[in-house]
Amino acid sequence: MAVSRGDIELAGLSKSYDGVHSVVHGINLKIPDGAYCCFLGPSGCGKTTILRMIAGHEDPTDGEIVIGGENVVGLAPVQRGTAMMFQSYALFPHLSVRDNIAFALRVRGLSKADRYRQTDAMIEKVRLTELADRLPAQLSGGQQQRVALARAAITEPRVLLLDEPLSALDEQLRVQMRLELQRMQRELGITFVHVTHSQLEAIALADMVVVMEAGQIKQAGPAREVYASPRDRYVAEFLGGQNVLSGKVETIEGGRLMFAQPDRKTLAAPLRGNARIGVGDRIDVAVRRDDIELLRPDAEISPQDRSALSSRVLAIEYQGSFVKVMLDAIADEEFVAYVPERVFFRDPLVIGDVVLATWAIDHARLLERT
Amino acid sequence: MTVSRPLVGWLYISPLMLVLIPFFVLPILVVLVASVFETDGFGGLIPTFTLANYRNVLTSALTFNLYYETVKFTVLTWFFTLILGFFIAYFLVFHVRNPLLAIGLFLICTVPFWTSNIIRMISWIPLLGKEGLINSALLRIGLIHEPLTFLLYSSFAVVVAYVHQLTIFMIVPIFNSMARIDKRVVEAAVDAGASRFDIMRLIVVPLSKSGIALGSIFVASIVMGDFFVTKVMSGGSSASVVGAFYEDISVLQYPSAAASAVVLTVILLAMVSLILRTVDIRKEITQ
Repeated sequence: MAVSRGDIELAGLSKSYDGVHSVVHGINLKIPDGAYCCFLGPSGCGKTTILRMIAGHEDPTDGEIVIGGENVVGLAPVQRGTAMMFQSYALFPHLSVRDNIAFALRVRGLSKADRYRQTDAMIEKVRLTELADRLPAQLSGGQQQRVALARAAITEPRVLLLDEPLSALDEQLRVQMRLELQRMQRELGITFVHVTHSQLEAIALADMVVVMEAGQIKQAGPAREVYASPRDRYVAEFLGGQNVLSGKVETIEGGRLMFAQPDRKTLAAPLRGNARIGVGDRIDVAVRRDDIELLRPDAEISPQDRSALSSRVLAIEYQGSFVKVMLDAIADEEFVAYVPERVFFRDPLVIGDVVLATWAIDHARLLERT
Repeated sequence: MTVSRPLVGWLYISPLMLVLIPFFVLPILVVLVASVFETDGFGGLIPTFTLANYRNVLTSALTFNLYYETVKFTVLTWFFTLILGFFIAYFLVFHVRNPLLAIGLFLICTVPFWTSNIIRMISWIPLLGKEGLINSALLRIGLIHEPLTFLLYSSFAVVVAYVHQLTIFMIVPIFNSMARIDKRVVEAAVDAGASRFDIMRLIVVPLSKSGIALGSIFVASIVMGDFFVTKVMSGGSSASVVGAFYEDISVLQYPSAAASAVVLTVILLAMVSLILRTVDIRKEITQ
């Protein structure tokens, strides 16, 4: 297979600061050239450390980082052909927008005329022409972000690394800058590696989402795959949009299993590719929140096709296009239904109502247990 | 009870005024007034208005020689304290990873201040003297055959003593402004391909400018206003501006000493305001 210049491969990548506890445990991952890859995880899961190791600001304790077919461990950032956009941007406070963006060219020894010609083209690309002579402190958050992006992109790196690039912005701007990042990535045609703790951001932007927990990759794949088919409870809960039911397997037959929990009735789930499951095993089953239908308790359902749990409405949140209804279907854990707005208001529920939460058995997914 | 707004304002600043007026404004006024009086030659002042004292100070070749000497020491001291102060602060901020160790080393820099200025200065004498430690060591190992005489009671000794006393005044403000440089800004420069020297030249120096200015003000005004170190360490061979009006005072020429003091104050003020022009010192003090 031909190796493209922006391919990244992490092989057995580990990092430990004190030699005892490791923050990254032997990560293996391939990011294809030109992909938009998001590392997603809570703070402290090691995602930023991985990014900094790819950037060359941190040395791995063990393992290899291969970019475009070349092991770059030990090389300086410039030799790697990577550029990093730092959290809260780290713009040079004493330099104008133009000089901030031109900095990398300046230290490469380009003449003033040359570097300003290139810089001004880049400034135009990020639409900052009117602000080119301002200092960073005189810019808004979104403008600073564009300067940081331009400063990182000016050297035409093969990989652009973004450390929580949107976390310093307010909600509205974040959505706007998301589009900007996407546009820049398409225009530059290079690999973007983006670290975030926001699942919304990750699935909106990424071709490839890497979900991390405690220094390990939980699941890596296209955004839709990770969101709609989470591998285990952790991924399902972190990405949201899923209800996770657990229980003990009682019977297995006809491609279905029945699982039960002491304080809940027995439910069915389809058995797909999980051949190793046996009677008595504890399992987790995910059901998408938007697959749940809420019926009045006297409604008729076909028990062959649909599961149903009787429950009480705990809270209702209006979300615009849908209504989030929180139920007490399973003890101590969240069980939520996303009801389309029009459907909800045809027969509005109120807090305390008893409803039947039902879903198609075939839509339930068996999760891996780790 | 209502108190008018201006009165409230004055009340707020009154504690400061109670200190500043008797201990700062009044003495300066006394000096100003004395500088236009005449002396009766026996330590008494004759109230009058004359600019003769200023004329004498400003037209005397001696004044210019004194200023030349003092400015020479000031510039040399400023230069060496700046170089030392900058690199010590740079080392403490950017090379010592452990913050506890950095604070420890920083405190070690202040150890010389645990004893008095005079003792610190005098302790150079057994080191630099004709039969001092350095000379005898060099003689012993045969590098020289007779003692080096420029070590003590010379301009060299004066500058050594000043640098020893004043480097800390550079370290502290420069350390302060360097410590405020966001480490990620330095990392961003590394990411852009900047060498260590580029980072120092393009990032660290510009961002420590206010600390450098503050340190320069401390060092320059202390050296310009001092006479004791020059007198002792040069063995009387170098004079200084303040040394001259100290002599005036000892022969009871108060008006002429006062006029010299006013001239020095004006020159220092001009110098400080020039330095302040290059940086926004308020940023340093208020942040």
